[in-house]
Parts: sequence; C-alpha cells; structure tokens
Amino acid sequence: MSQLVTGRTGDWEVVIGLEVHAQVSSKAKLFSGASASFGAAPNAHVSLVDAAMPGMLPVINRECVYQAIRTGLGLKAQINLTSVFDRKNYFYADLPQGYQISQFKHPIVGEGVLRIVLADGSTRDIGIERLHLEQDAGKSMHDQHPSKSYIDLNRTGVALMEIVSRPDMRSAAEAAAYVRKLRSILRYLGTCDGNMEEGSLRADVNVSVRRPGDALGTRTETKNLNSLRFIQQAIDYEVARQIELIEDGGTVDQETRLFDTNSGTTRTMRSKEDAHDYRYFPDPDLLPLTVTQAEVDELAAALPELPDDIRDRLINDYGLSPYDASVITEERETAAYYESASAGQDRKLVANWMTVELFGALNKSGQSLADCKVSPEMLAGLVGLISDGTISGRIAKDVFADMFESGKDAAAIVDEKGLKQLSDSGAIEALIDTVIAGNMDKVEEYRGGKDKLFGFFVGQVMKQSGGQANPGMVNQILKAKLDG
Amino acid sequence: MSDLLDLSAVEARAALDAKSISATELTTAYIAAAEETAALNNYVLLTPDHALAMAAKADARLAKGEAGLLEGVPLGVKDLFCTNGVQTTACSRILDGFTPPYESTVTANLWDAGAVMIGKLNCDEFAMGSANETSAFGPAISPWQGADKTDLVPGGSSGGSASAVAARSALMTTGTDTGGSIRQPAAFCGVVGLKPTYGRCSRWGIVAFASSLDQAGPITRDVADNALMLQAMASHDARDSTSSDVPLQDVVAAVRQGVKGMKIGVPREYVMDGMDGDVVALWQQGQDWLRQAGAELVDVSLPHTKYALPTYYIIAPAEASSNLARYDGVRYGLRVEAGSLDEMYEATRAAGFGEEVQRRILVGTYVLSAGYYDAYYLKAQKVRRLIKQDFDTAFASVDALLTPATPTAAFPVGRKIDDPVVNFLNDVFTVPANLAGLPGLSVPAGLNADGLPLGLQVLGRPYDEASLYRVGGVLEAAASFTATPARRAGGAK
Repeated sequence: MSQLVTGRTGDWEVVIGLEVHAQVSSKAKLFSGASASFGAAPNAHVSLVDAAMPGMLPVINRECVYQAIRTGLGLKAQINLTSVFDRKNYFYADLPQGYQISQFKHPIVGEGVLRIVLADGSTRDIGIERLHLEQDAGKSMHDQHPSKSYIDLNRTGVALMEIVSRPDMRSAAEAAAYVRKLRSILRYLGTCDGNMEEGSLRADVNVSVRRPGDALGTRTETKNLNSLRFIQQAIDYEVARQIELIEDGGTVDQETRLFDTNSGTTRTMRSKEDAHDYRYFPDPDLLPLTVTQAEVDELAAALPELPDDIRDRLINDYGLSPYDASVITEERETAAYYESASAGQDRKLVANWMTVELFGALNKSGQSLADCKVSPEMLAGLVGLISDGTISGRIAKDVFADMFESGKDAAAIVDEKGLKQLSDSGAIEALIDTVIAGNMDKVEEYRGGKDKLFGFFVGQVMKQSGGQANPGMVNQILKAKLDG
Repeated sequence: MSDLLDLSAVEARAALDAKSISATELTTAYIAAAEETAALNNYVLLTPDHALAMAAKADARLAKGEAGLLEGVPLGVKDLFCTNGVQTTACSRILDGFTPPYESTVTANLWDAGAVMIGKLNCDEFAMGSANETSAFGPAISPWQGADKTDLVPGGSSGGSASAVAARSALMTTGTDTGGSIRQPAAFCGVVGLKPTYGRCSRWGIVAFASSLDQAGPITRDVADNALMLQAMASHDARDSTSSDVPLQDVVAAVRQGVKGMKIGVPREYVMDGMDGDVVALWQQGQDWLRQAGAELVDVSLPHTKYALPTYYIIAPAEASSNLARYDGVRYGLRVEAGSLDEMYEATRAAGFGEEVQRRILVGTYVLSAGYYDAYYLKAQKVRRLIKQDFDTAFASVDALLTPATPTAAFPVGRKIDDPVVNFLNDVFTVPANLAGLPGLSVPAGLNADGLPLGLQVLGRPYDEASLYRVGGVLEAAASFTATPARRAGGAK
C-alpha cells in the first residue's frame, strides 16, 4: 500500500518516530516513598526527597525497575543487566532538584520490536530503539493568580518509561496504530494504565519528509501529545507544513514544536540554537542499577500472554478472522472475557456475538465491559442455547437484549418467556396443517408451479409458532406436505 | 571547670559512669567554654537550652544504667548536617534561616548514643574551602597563634569543628571530608580527624557538596575518642544508596593493638615544592616510631598521585554544580524577588552564593558542558580509576600508608585567599583518599619551628579503619603530643 503524499512538485515520503512517555504503574515514586497516585490535592504527595530538601538522597524503587523490565520483555527487547542513572540538568520551577534523574547512555532496555495492525488487517513491525526509566517533573500552574505561578509537586519524581521507536512509521495512521498497540501491551502487562487523559501516556512525535529513496530529511519534534487524535493531527499538520515549506524553496529547521489543541496546528517552541545543554553525567548518589538474569527470567516466566500471541492463537486455533481476533485482543480484559465465554462453546459463534451484539450494546449504552451485566458465563449460556437448538438466532437476539438489561441468565429468560424452540414434529405438523387449510388457493398455485410461494408458507408457520418453531423442521415437513 | 574540660571523651564517659560528674555539669562547662572562646567564631549557633535538655535526659539514663556509647558527651555539629528544628545553613547565605524538619542519619546516631549537642559549627560555605574563610559567617579562627599572635586559619572546610575541639569548646565534633576537609583542619589544629571509608557513614541529611567524595567523620582530642565516636556515628543506611553494609571492625580495641608485624608503606610521591622542612622531618620521625614499634616500613609508589588534585578539581565542582542547583529560591532559603523566573534565579543565586561557591559552580558547569565533557569530566573519571588502582596495587603488599597530612602548618587568616589555586595545594596529600574512597586518619605528631601543630596521615584499605587506629594509636603514644593552644577555653589565666 503506497503511503506517499503528493505535493505540488511530486511525491513525498513521511518519516515518523515516536518517543512515548508512559507513567509506570506503581504505588510509590521512582526514588521516594511518596504515593504516585493521581488526583490528590496539590502537593499532598511530596516527600522530602521530591522537594529536593538539602541532604536528601534518591533510593531506587525496585518495583519500577521490574515494571520497566516487564515492558521490555513485552516489546521483545534486550534487557540490560547493568544500566546507569544520569542527571539531566536544567532549571525550572517545577523541577526541584535542578535536574531530572534519567538514563542517558545506558538505558535499562535496548532494542525491541512492536507489531502494528493496519486497517487492511496486514501487520508491520516497528523497531523499538530503547526504553529508559526517568523521573517526571512537577506541574506549573500559571492561571491561578494574576502575577504568581503555583507549583504542584505531586507528579515530581513519579516514574516514567520513555519508549523510543525507530523512525519506522510512514503515516499518521501508522503512528496512531503504534500508540494504540503500545498502550495495549502496557495495559496487558499492567505496567502503565495507558490513561491518556490523565497524562499517563503522552507522545513526542518526530516528523520529517523526503523524496522516496532520499536520505532522511530534517525533523521537527512536537512535544507532549496526549491523545491519538492530537498525534494524528500534529503529524498531518507537520507533514503539510514541511512539504509546503520545501516546495516553496525553504528548508525545515530542526526544532522543538508545540501543538495547539484548539487550532490543530504546531508552532515553534525552541530552535536548535536555543536547545538546552543538559550536562548529562552519571548521578553520583546512585550506584549503577544492576539486575540478575535470574530476576529477568522470573519476570519473564510470570508475564501474561500478550496480544500478538493471543491474536495468532485465535486465528490459527479457533479459526477467527484476523479482524475479529484483533478487535478481541486489543484489550486484555476483552481477550480474557472472550477466552472465558468461548471455552467449550463454538469459538467463532462466541466471537461473532461478542464483536457484534455485545460490543454494539456496550457502545450504545456507553458502558464498559467491566460494568456490564452480561458475564462471560452468561454469554456462553446464550450461545450454548443457540448451538443445541433450544433457541434460534433470531430469538437469541431478543434474549440477549433482555439479558443485557436485566442481568438474567439466557436459560431463565427463555423459560420465563416460553421462547424455547418448538421441535416437536407432531406440533409442527399441526401448525402446518392449519396453515395449509387456511390457504388452499395458494397451495393450488404452488402445486401449479409457483415455487416461490414456499417462503410464504414458512413465514406463516413461523408466525403461527410465535417464531419458536425449529426452522429446519418446518422446512422439511412443509416440503413433504406440499409436494405430497 | 577547667578540670572537666581536661577530660577526654573516654575519661568523661568513665567519670559519668562512676557518677563522679554529671552530664549536666559537663555540658554546662562546655557551654561556658563555647561562650568564653566566642571570639574564635567556631560556632555559628549555640544551642544551650537544647544541650541542657539533652544532658538532663543523659543523666536520667546514666542513673538508670542505660547509658549509650557517648552518653552525656558534649558534641558540636558542623553546620552541614541537618538538625531537626535547629537552623542549618551550610554557612551559606542561600540557606539563610533554613530549619530542617529532619535529622541527618549521622547526628541521629550520635543522639541515640547519648551525645549532647552544644551547637552548630562554622565551616567553609558548602564545605568549599581549605581555610574556613569562605563561610558566610566570617572565618573561624584557630586557637593556635602564629608569631606576633597573628590569627591563624583552623583549616577547612571543617574549620570550626577542628578549632572547637582544640579550643575545648566541644569534646568531639562532626566533620565532613570531600578532599581533606576533616584531616587538614585536624592537622592544623593539633587534633585527631578521620575520614572513614566512603559509604561508612550515611550521607543522608548532610548538605551535599560532591556526592561521590563526601564522607562524614569524627574530629576528637585523641585517637581513642575518635574510634569511640566512629563507632557511634557509622551505620548502614537504606536511605543512602551508597551506604555500605560492611560491618565496622572493633575499632575501639584496635587503638591499643599496636603495629607489630604490620607492613606500612611510605609513598615516594608524597613530596612537593614548598613543603615545610619540619613536615619532612616529622614524616621521617613517624616512620622511625612505627619501625621501633615493630612495623615493617616499605617504600611504595603511587605513580598517578600528581594527577589527583586536577582530577579532584574537575569531579568535585562538576558534582557540586549539579548538587547546588536545588538552591533556586523557589522552595526554601533565600529568595531575591525579580521580574521573571530566570531573573529570580540569577538574583537569588548571585546574592546567596559566595565567590568560591560561584567559582566552583562555574567550573563544574563548564566541565560538564557539551564539547568539554569528554576532555574534562570523562578523562578525570578515567584518571580517578588509575589513582584507585595505584592504591589497590600498594595495598596488595602493605597494610597501611604513612604520609604527611599537609605540606605546611596553618597559615595566617587572609594570607592565601586571593589565590584559589595556592589554597588548593593544601589538599594535595588528602585528596587521593577521597578519589579512591579510602579511609584516612590525621594524627597530631609534632610542632614546627613556630610551635604550630603538624599532623601525620595514615591511609588504609577500604573498610579497614581498624588498621588506621592501630597505627594512629602508636603514633600518638610515641609523639606524646601534649601541646595546647593559647586561646583554648580555660587556657588564658
């Protein structure tokens, strides 16, 4: 699929790399015991270390290290048994230490790969360059007072994973697919909640354009995008801006840009000349971070099955379509729901009921899978009734609607409402005889060669049965009677 | 009163246990001594109420037979240690009025052992200096006097700490040593100072200068007191990632163990231009004493010694430039209001930091800058490893090293401050131990021609403080250093 963008002067190839900052799911911050939870009153979660009081020292939170390793394993990446924390020095009011503790030369996770699924169901591997651990900064609030800025240090020191991709993406859609997939993996692993609105996941996008086959063009970096929509908008804007600039005879400046969520445009934040000199050097308060291969192996053994593996299994073993398999495995909860609901049932039928009826109902009602009344066992029960002929697919839709509202078992609903499929040949014969007796004129026409009327008789019989007659049996008996 | 001041800490502990004196009496005497010697400017804050309350508790524990290692011993704290509810400034205007709501691990250990805090001691601003002349509170003065009664520097950066022990306004004091800041002032003031192995004492709650070099240690009147105090202040601390869990040896017993059978190295590179002839003679004398006590003296080489000082003056400022970034006027300490955030930073830090601190921040910022990092910082780290290897090689064949503590005796206040590079040379014999993380002990061993104290330094393997105390105990006994400074408390009758 060609992804070239056509400009006034010819085709352009877009090159995109992403740096995603994912907040580590952990109780405490990266180097202090203060809570890392979201939503507390300003400065409620600030330890002496976070506030950079004199003489305070960082101590690594081992759980954050394990979360980074789990993530690395999920990205099929190299885990570095020795890594180093560096200080990135710059002054800002919400950076109490005057430096951010990060990993510069020796990150904890090296090269890996992330597989994205494109709209046509095809997949593409995006390279992961590295993942490192670092501290988040605090929050400056400039709109609370006419002349003062307020600082909230709750986020200060919270652990982030910076996940850097290779410049392997070629369109905004691919970038969005990358972030969606990364988010999915993080949530499967439980290493980041992926909540973009709360800022748990944000992306810096590096964009450049070039003539197909040329060397890489000059890139710009647009910072801090916290939704898939903004990521795509920023990329589309940058691509158009850069192409126009070059086609007008200009050149792209290497610079950092900001995205304006209102206008959907980007603007210069700082040029390369104004770039900070961060004076990275190894943090002398911390020894090199070491983990043993045994620790890594233990984490690897306890890793949950990841979406790619589940997706392959659903396609290969259960015969699901790539589309259904992708939809079902995007979220860990959905995949688990499916596994549970489809165990011992017709796997494809369950997938169908989940992706069409269940997801449709959830969408319509605005509910999430977690708070919906239909448990996996209940969906399995419904599909089971279809499979064993107790109810027809048609009736099942009504049963499902009832179940979704009431939270009652399918079997109970069928019993209560007497929806059980009519499979008694005597009873069906009686229904058919009534219909034939009341429509002798049509019988004559049918027997005279008007075959199409067969459908009319089926419809009448079903109607008489209140939709409950077994359609297969109706067909068979009716045919015998009419043709006989 | 002066009788009480004559007691060493070990003697005072015995007298307290025997109930022949009380902690309150002893503390009262030291408060009076601190007031009597106020002109030396050793204390930047006296805490008499605090001290008497602690002494009363010490007396109560002594009465119940629950006395700690340092129960009732009056102790002064370098102003670099954060003390809960007691002003802590690192002798810098930028921490003007700062009162920490927490206690450093080292001082907490000392209070747990029963020690009594007399007050906070003068030092060089952020421990940057070798003469205690960069303090925002003005220079601390040594109780020793030069010819014509000129005021002498006590050394630095733990100048107030060493001077107070010599002046008998504290029985023991805490110091910190980044490049010699305990050993050099101890030598200048005729007292005993130990820089323990890096990691031996927790850095938690100590205002940082250069994190990979800083180490807290005891300054005391004699070697036995020093070992006792080290035992009380050292600990493994989970709050300091560089703190060591290697157990401390029985250092108190080591003081009297002698040096029989020990191999002591004499590094041939520990000489320099401008070294006092008396220092060279004392060094030779020290070797003779140790040989007479049964040690074998061995000539050793530490070939990279000459690179130690330039290496130190890259690494220490680099770390300091980053460590001191937190003093930005935003959360605590001094703030000079100005138009924008950047202007506030500039105004605050220009007003808050003294000249020497600003110089080192600039040097540190420079050596870490893009384009200079490899040539300076990275190269310094490589040289640091070579210096460490020199020591590793030496300690494969010897148990300890004997060197002079300083190239000269103390100099007059104000003499060298105009030339920072000359000032740096004070640290030439002490800096290598910091770069290598090794323990170093400075013991007063004689006087120069002007009657000023000179010290010998003993260096040892990592975590082998016991060997230093064995050698130090022998040097102390042989030197029988009994000289006292004129301006000590109770001295001017």
